[in-house]
Amino acid sequence: MTNELEVRGLAKTYGSGPNAVHAIGDLTFDVRQGEFLCIVGPSGCGKTTLLKCLSGLLRPSAGSAALEGKPIDGPPDALALVFQDYNRSLLPWMSIARNVALPLLAQGVGKAERRARATEALESVGLHDVGDLYPWQLSGGMQQRAAIARALAYRPRLLLMDEPFASVDAQTRSDLEDLVLDVHARLGITVVFVTHDIDESVYLADRIVVLTHRPTRTAEIVDVTLPRPRDQIRTKEMPEFAQLRGHVVRLIRAQRLGGEQSAPPALAAAEA
Amino acid sequence: MAELQTQATEAPATPVAATLRRPRLHGWRRRWGRALTPILGTLGFIALLQLIVEVGIVSADLVPLPTEVIDQFVRQLGQGDFWAAVLDTLEGWAIGLLLAAAAAIPLGVLAGTTTAAFRSMRFIVDFLRPIPSIALLPLLILVLGIDIEVKIVLAALAGFFPIFFATLYGVQDLDPVARDTATVYKLNRFYRLIFVSLPGSTPYIATGVRISASVALLITVGVEMVVGLPGIGRAIFDAQYNSDLPLMYALVAASGMLGVIIALVFRAAERRVLRWHPSQLREVA
Amino acid sequence: MTRRLGIIGLEIWLPVALVIVWWAATRDGDSPFFPPLSEIWESFRENWLFERVGSDLVPSVLLFVEGLAIAVVLGIALGLVLGLWPLGRRATAPTIDFLRSIPAPALISVMIIVLGFGQSMKVAAIAFASLFPVLLNTIDGVRGVDTVQTDMATVYRLRRSDRIFRVVLPAASPQIFAGLRVSLAVALAVLVFSEMLAGTDGLGFFILYSQETYQIPAMWSGIIMLGLLGYVVNLIFVVAERRIMRWHRGWRATARDAGGAS
Repeated sequence: MTNELEVRGLAKTYGSGPNAVHAIGDLTFDVRQGEFLCIVGPSGCGKTTLLKCLSGLLRPSAGSAALEGKPIDGPPDALALVFQDYNRSLLPWMSIARNVALPLLAQGVGKAERRARATEALESVGLHDVGDLYPWQLSGGMQQRAAIARALAYRPRLLLMDEPFASVDAQTRSDLEDLVLDVHARLGITVVFVTHDIDESVYLADRIVVLTHRPTRTAEIVDVTLPRPRDQIRTKEMPEFAQLRGHVVRLIRAQRLGGEQSAPPALAAAEA
Repeated sequence: MAELQTQATEAPATPVAATLRRPRLHGWRRRWGRALTPILGTLGFIALLQLIVEVGIVSADLVPLPTEVIDQFVRQLGQGDFWAAVLDTLEGWAIGLLLAAAAAIPLGVLAGTTTAAFRSMRFIVDFLRPIPSIALLPLLILVLGIDIEVKIVLAALAGFFPIFFATLYGVQDLDPVARDTATVYKLNRFYRLIFVSLPGSTPYIATGVRISASVALLITVGVEMVVGLPGIGRAIFDAQYNSDLPLMYALVAASGMLGVIIALVFRAAERRVLRWHPSQLREVA
Repeated sequence: MTRRLGIIGLEIWLPVALVIVWWAATRDGDSPFFPPLSEIWESFRENWLFERVGSDLVPSVLLFVEGLAIAVVLGIALGLVLGLWPLGRRATAPTIDFLRSIPAPALISVMIIVLGFGQSMKVAAIAFASLFPVLLNTIDGVRGVDTVQTDMATVYRLRRSDRIFRVVLPAASPQIFAGLRVSLAVALAVLVFSEMLAGTDGLGFFILYSQETYQIPAMWSGIIMLGLLGYVVNLIFVVAERRIMRWHRGWRATARDAGGAS
């Protein structure tokens, strides 16, 4: 299995001199093709900075990131980003359909096909007949679905998601989590999902990258061996779920207290 | 009356996305670069203008050499006539602005607090607002003769609306927390007005006054030009009439400087008022 | 139902009362400068329905539209460039600040020297004066575009033209419209000033000339006509803004409901 994404010694510092902020110290990890990788860490640990470096919005101060072997220097092709603030990333002067089709403009796709792909993407996230509505006419959950649809219409190979469900209520969040899992399974896209919600990260991920406090490094990469397809009730009832969750929580707690990481508990032998 | 109502030019400027690929200077070099750019840019413009006139692309009969204009400007600064004219203009402007504020603030408070008053005034205000106050100049000449009162009344009329609307919006836009606090402490309407609404609306009023200040200046100078009342406007008109180009341009530049100074003074005052305003504290957090 | 009538009543009692007072006070024709409303109406009918429309009203309106159009196009284009180009903006900032502080009538003098007394002078003066509110508001609007929106445009690799015309400009449009409204008022004022200072026709000239020749009712009719013109122009603007900015109102309404100041 090849790597979709390779991050090597990534570092990002804002400013210089005594007031410099070392957002990211030294990050190294791989993202395998087709996997679902979650990134968690204590607040303020530069998760968003990392995504901005990966999506070409920021240039790292040191180190590199490569997408399918090609170094990332500016927004890479075939990469889409879903923002946390859906109500700010969806353009309020355009209808939903137009918003979803917007990225296709740069790809030189014709008008009819744009509309077709937009409708297809919207339906794949469970939104029907909302194409002519405006974003502010939709609920938060539906807006985020539309933002995801926009990313999907773009047909990326790597999907970055920046705490996309932080601003929606719990019920909607479960629905959206399942939506993302469904999309991942159906389309085989590689997903890098940043969240502060540990339960969510364990529920969604194949692997979890746990980050340290600033200057951020990789604390540990946790394998999530829970079976797929995941289910909101059954998966969360499994003992491994609790163990994994507890392990990650301890890791993060240790970061916050600045102490050493606790030794990883022996995971109960995963049911084969 | 219609000139420059809500001049929304002072929105806080947040930098557009930090997309960043240009090599950037750091530290002291960057600071020096930033400070020099406006200066170099301005000098560049003047130099360009000088070149255009010297080479003859624009005839010196129309636009004199910038160096000549600057020379004349500096010379004017030493002339008694010049300062007399400036004071004449400022006199009319200041009184007009004060009158405008004296009328607009109470009426704005009234309209902002009492729905009945608001509704009563609405049609008239909406109707009078778009009328350029200068249209009434001939009428005022008839009624008041050619005297400084004409300047004052027109400047007051023009300056009325920005302050009125600013006060209106300011009084209406109560911080809900402040309002609820007042309710909890059972402050009656009057006290609420004095202790909550009015203080809360001062930033708005400050902005409105700043806008009115430049509108009133515009009208004052204009009236002086049309009617021949003493002041900068009259001086400019005379210079133009006598085809004394360097003088005219120097005076135009002087009027611009006057406008700049007034704007700076009022903006500084506005910032002062804003500093203690609760909304500013909220933003920092 | 009675509530509705009550509201309408509130809204019209003052204007109606003022008109009645005006009519009553001037009825006997004592005051030379405030003729009876009937005379004013007579004069209005004579002059503006539709005798002078072609000779005075239409030229004024054309000048106004021409000057404003130039200012708007130039202002938005230049504002876009300067808003997106920090170096250019910083270099030109003092010059722009200075030019915009020059009282518009002073500019008219300059225009008279450079362009003479004709129509082009008036158009140039109107254009120059109304340029700045649009320009400055466009710059501010462009600079203030939400970074999330521009980041989104970057990540999805929008072409430059799409980025400017589908993201930046629409995002800046509320602020641009605010500037347009001010420019409208400035343009009208400069129109009247230029006609009074250097005109041979037009509404401004007509009003001044009527006053100088003591045709008082005609002067009043001119003033009223000018008022009507201003009112109509403003009305057109408000209607246009309401249509074009419909999305903005809907969006602001939901943003407000979603908990205001966060």
